[in-house]
Amino acid sequence: MLKDVTFGQYYPGNSLLHRTDPRIKMIMMIEYLVIILMANSVPAVLLGMGLTLFLMVCSGVRFSVLIKSVKPLIFVLIFTAVINLFFTAGGGDPLVQLGFIKIYKQGIRNAVMMLIRLLSLVLGTSVLISFTTSPLELTDSIESLLSPLKKIGVPVHEFAMMMSIALRFIPTLIEETNKIISAQKSRCADFESGNIISRVKALIPILIPLFVSAVRRAEELADAMECRCYHGGEGRTKLKVMKASASDYVFLFCVTAVIVGIVFLNKIYFLI
Amino acid sequence: MNAIELKDISVIYGENTPFRKAALNNINVEFPKGMTTGIIGHTGSGKSTLASLLNGLLTPTSGKVLLGGRDIWEKPKEMVKIRSRVGLVFQYPEYQLFDETVEADIAFGPKNIKLSDAEIKERVALAARFCGLSERELKRSPFELSGGQKRRAAIAGVLAMRPEVLVLDEPAAGLDPRGREEILGGLQEYKNTYGATLIIISHSMEDIAKYADRILVMKNGEVYMQGTTEEIFMQAEKLFDADLDLPQITKLFIELKKRGICESSDVYTVKYAKNMLEKILGINNA
Repeated sequence: MLKDVTFGQYYPGNSLLHRTDPRIKMIMMIEYLVIILMANSVPAVLLGMGLTLFLMVCSGVRFSVLIKSVKPLIFVLIFTAVINLFFTAGGGDPLVQLGFIKIYKQGIRNAVMMLIRLLSLVLGTSVLISFTTSPLELTDSIESLLSPLKKIGVPVHEFAMMMSIALRFIPTLIEETNKIISAQKSRCADFESGNIISRVKALIPILIPLFVSAVRRAEELADAMECRCYHGGEGRTKLKVMKASASDYVFLFCVTAVIVGIVFLNKIYFLI
Repeated sequence: MNAIELKDISVIYGENTPFRKAALNNINVEFPKGMTTGIIGHTGSGKSTLASLLNGLLTPTSGKVLLGGRDIWEKPKEMVKIRSRVGLVFQYPEYQLFDETVEADIAFGPKNIKLSDAEIKERVALAARFCGLSERELKRSPFELSGGQKRRAAIAGVLAMRPEVLVLDEPAAGLDPRGREEILGGLQEYKNTYGATLIIISHSMEDIAKYADRILVMKNGEVYMQGTTEEIFMQAEKLFDADLDLPQITKLFIELKKRGICESSDVYTVKYAKNMLEKILGINNA
């Protein structure tokens, strides 16, 4: 039932992106989102695509793995493209007219743009963050980036800790769920037949033990942490201190330069 | 006659990927009807995989599982029927309890196979008795029980389906000695009452020696040894090779034999050992 859930796509490696400071990657991701969403002229989109390809190469993740990660989204991609194609009303005469369906030049343009944007978003963010940043690095970088908020009393460390615990326990809970499903199946539970109401009812014997064990685990973990004198973020040091090196800043600068490029290329398009 | 039989079974995870791993490698096992078979083996030897094959939770990559001579995968739609005939109790089954009362939880299995209310009531009462649960405990919430009682309730939940083959993965793990005795004794009693076939996976050589008629030793996804309890425990060296052990009492008697105090070392249970020692001491006294 839960076989297809892929989580923690982290792909261990030692590529340029793997070695980049995770905080820099977080900032680059935000910049990247801006780039992809801003680009609306052909040269700008090409530049955005070039950046995506560049990041993909820098990540050292195998191409087949990347393609696999896009596969589940094929339906969404096609659906958006089709909607854009058929429901964009543009100026001038329609290119094709089949009954009430009219396809305009603007529609084709929007459909292609949407497709490229969505694909880039998925590929770019996954190579920047999910494939090359371990969950621990991710929460550490969020904690570090949000640390200015501590001054106004936001418990940043606690939030980051909660997040890393949550991430850590997802595989455990999936395993637990599979175990409970097997156990209830062994007691002849039937999850696959019947109408919607009986199917929802059939989930009760899975959900209750799952919640009970999640609460039990939380209590045990809290005890274990207290036993090791955990008391929150105050005065806590890290085993791996994040340090942004010169090359990280160069990387960041390059991506920032692309933003400028995109703005510029968008302008050129309108001038022409 | 075999209650259940595995024929040329292989289970391979991640076939055609770099992560290919054979959990079971072409094994043939027979579980004779009405007998208790103990399965022992080092962690990761394929014991639990074998258990989940027996009631069709896991599909073998190749080979057949024969229940009473018939392939259980013949009609996959009737798997529920198979599961009511082959009861499987997982490790730490107490985590599967969910209903409001222990009674309702035990009745979950019988309800799923659509028995009549009267029948269910009778079976629940009987299953609770085999597992040593009192009338009062049946009315309580399963979450209020102690660990040992929860374990009993969970095992009763499987017994209530009255399976002809009962497979248990470490049924007594983590319990106090008295709890172990009571649970394993109750299972033995169930077996004798219904002529059921018992398959027990355990790390405790003492429990295996005491309750099993036959032993199956697994190693690296293969059947390493198979035979009666005596046959297996006689080959101490071979067991040590599989990172397994002998019952403590057997080890004692091997030492006694080495020192010439006792002639045979085929002593596997404390009860038998007591007789032997009395005999030896009796002879010495006279």
